[in-house]
Amino acid sequence: MKALEIRDLRKSFRSNFLFKKYEILKAININVEKGQIYGFLGPNGAGKTITIKCILGLLFPDSGQILINNKPATNPEIRQILGFLPEYPFFYDYLTAKEFLHFSAMLFSIPSKKASEVSKKLIKQVGLEGKENIKLKNFSKGMLQRIGFAQALINDPDIVILDEPFSGLDPIGRKELRDIVIALKNSGKTVFFSSHILQDMELIADKVGIIFNGNIIKEGKLSDLVSHSVQYYDVIFSNIDKKKVEANKINFVCRDESYIVRCQDINTMNNIIEFVILNKGKILSVTPIKMTLEDIFLKEIK
Amino acid sequence: MKLRAIAINTFKEAVRNKIYYLLIAFGIVFAFSSRLVSLLTLGDQVRVLKNVGLASINFFSVLIAIFTGINLIYKEIDKKTILNIMSKPISRRDFILGKFLGLSYTLLVALVSMATVFLLFLLISTGDIDWNILVYFCLLYFELLIIISISLVFSSFSTPILSSIFTINLYLIGHVLWTFNEFKTRLVEPITRIIIYLIYYILPNLEKFNLRDQIVSNEKINPMIVLTSILYALVYIAAMLTLAILIFNKREFK
Repeated sequence: MKALEIRDLRKSFRSNFLFKKYEILKAININVEKGQIYGFLGPNGAGKTITIKCILGLLFPDSGQILINNKPATNPEIRQILGFLPEYPFFYDYLTAKEFLHFSAMLFSIPSKKASEVSKKLIKQVGLEGKENIKLKNFSKGMLQRIGFAQALINDPDIVILDEPFSGLDPIGRKELRDIVIALKNSGKTVFFSSHILQDMELIADKVGIIFNGNIIKEGKLSDLVSHSVQYYDVIFSNIDKKKVEANKINFVCRDESYIVRCQDINTMNNIIEFVILNKGKILSVTPIKMTLEDIFLKEIK
Repeated sequence: MKLRAIAINTFKEAVRNKIYYLLIAFGIVFAFSSRLVSLLTLGDQVRVLKNVGLASINFFSVLIAIFTGINLIYKEIDKKTILNIMSKPISRRDFILGKFLGLSYTLLVALVSMATVFLLFLLISTGDIDWNILVYFCLLYFELLIIISISLVFSSFSTPILSSIFTINLYLIGHVLWTFNEFKTRLVEPITRIIIYLIYYILPNLEKFNLRDQIVSNEKINPMIVLTSILYALVYIAAMLTLAILIFNKREFK
């Protein structure tokens, strides 16, 4: 079942001068299955945040349809099952972390007692224990990102939308929040997150949509996108005389006492392995080099 | 509950701003200064005391209303806190109404604080309290509510500077609007007459809420005038809030 479906979404803005229209989103189609982590990948200015704002009703699309659990996203009540972390965690800086979570809970009509329990749990989960009574104006960017994460989960949402959730975090913070995202998936939640950091996508996304210039240029499961794309195999071996290797017309690179051979296909790789075994050499490693998401991304946007 | 959440948050925002206390303090200090002015005046000292005191409270409460009111929505959009609010299951109508209620409460607290201090001061200075002053404060409060509803309309589409210029101008015009009524009877040309009629009925007639002259000169206050003024305020506020909601419904948050 689809948790989020976007059909032919178009959005344009008028420039201040001459009122010329600029199309930012050009018939976007996105399908997110329930329980999936969907990575929305694209360079800065590609239209990621605009798409998210259309989903949340912060911007009005020119045309197209956005369905959340098969219901139109235009009804504010549908947001009862959504959690959202904005790109820039600008929150009320005069509130303490605890007050802010209580305020967020009230917007979901969560009773005060339950709000206190959930807030306490979330503050612990995002690693802000002991800081709940500090005003947000004294929080660092990383801490704001964490409290932002907590407020996005205050209503135990079915679908969590995160706009650049890992930006501004240190490696430990990124790892911790990635773990939270994975835990969300494991508890049956759907996560839709935008990022331009490929590493995060590769580590946690089940499905990836690449947006460029307002178009979805590639969409698919990460395993499909990456597994079909083994580019070459690197075979490293040693204990064979250099002249013998050269005599067999093998292109290699020498490093210390070993040889690195890049094989373009599986047959060449087999031949190399056979050669090493026949000559009583030592295979140190055989590594299939896959196309990374970065390679796919760069190839697609060219 | 959602509406209450916005209202409480608006109140917290206002009361955690030092300017709020500063303006209340100024209102009280200026109300106290009425004693000084009355001592320097020949004639009815109580009259001067009331006049200057009430005018001071009026001035500073209007300042609080304008400057807190115009920042209400603009700050949310400018600081992007609105993205977080509007992504929650809250309608834009509830957001505007919540903001209005929060500010109404903020102004009530400010006005009650200033009024209480002034009444005690009056009691100590004169040994008596003119309870009609409460009617004055009640009408002043409705005037303040009109001002914040107007500032909500402007701040839902304009910048704070423009909003304050518009609101201050409307406040000033609102207090001389009765002259339009005099003026329109003297006009012969129908088109100009219609325009003046429209202006007279569209703009807020804030002089309806000013009972200072009656209070100062100990005149009897007609309850019907008070009731019609309150009714007028309620209708005007409802119209302004509807307009603010309609504008805000069309607003996008980039």
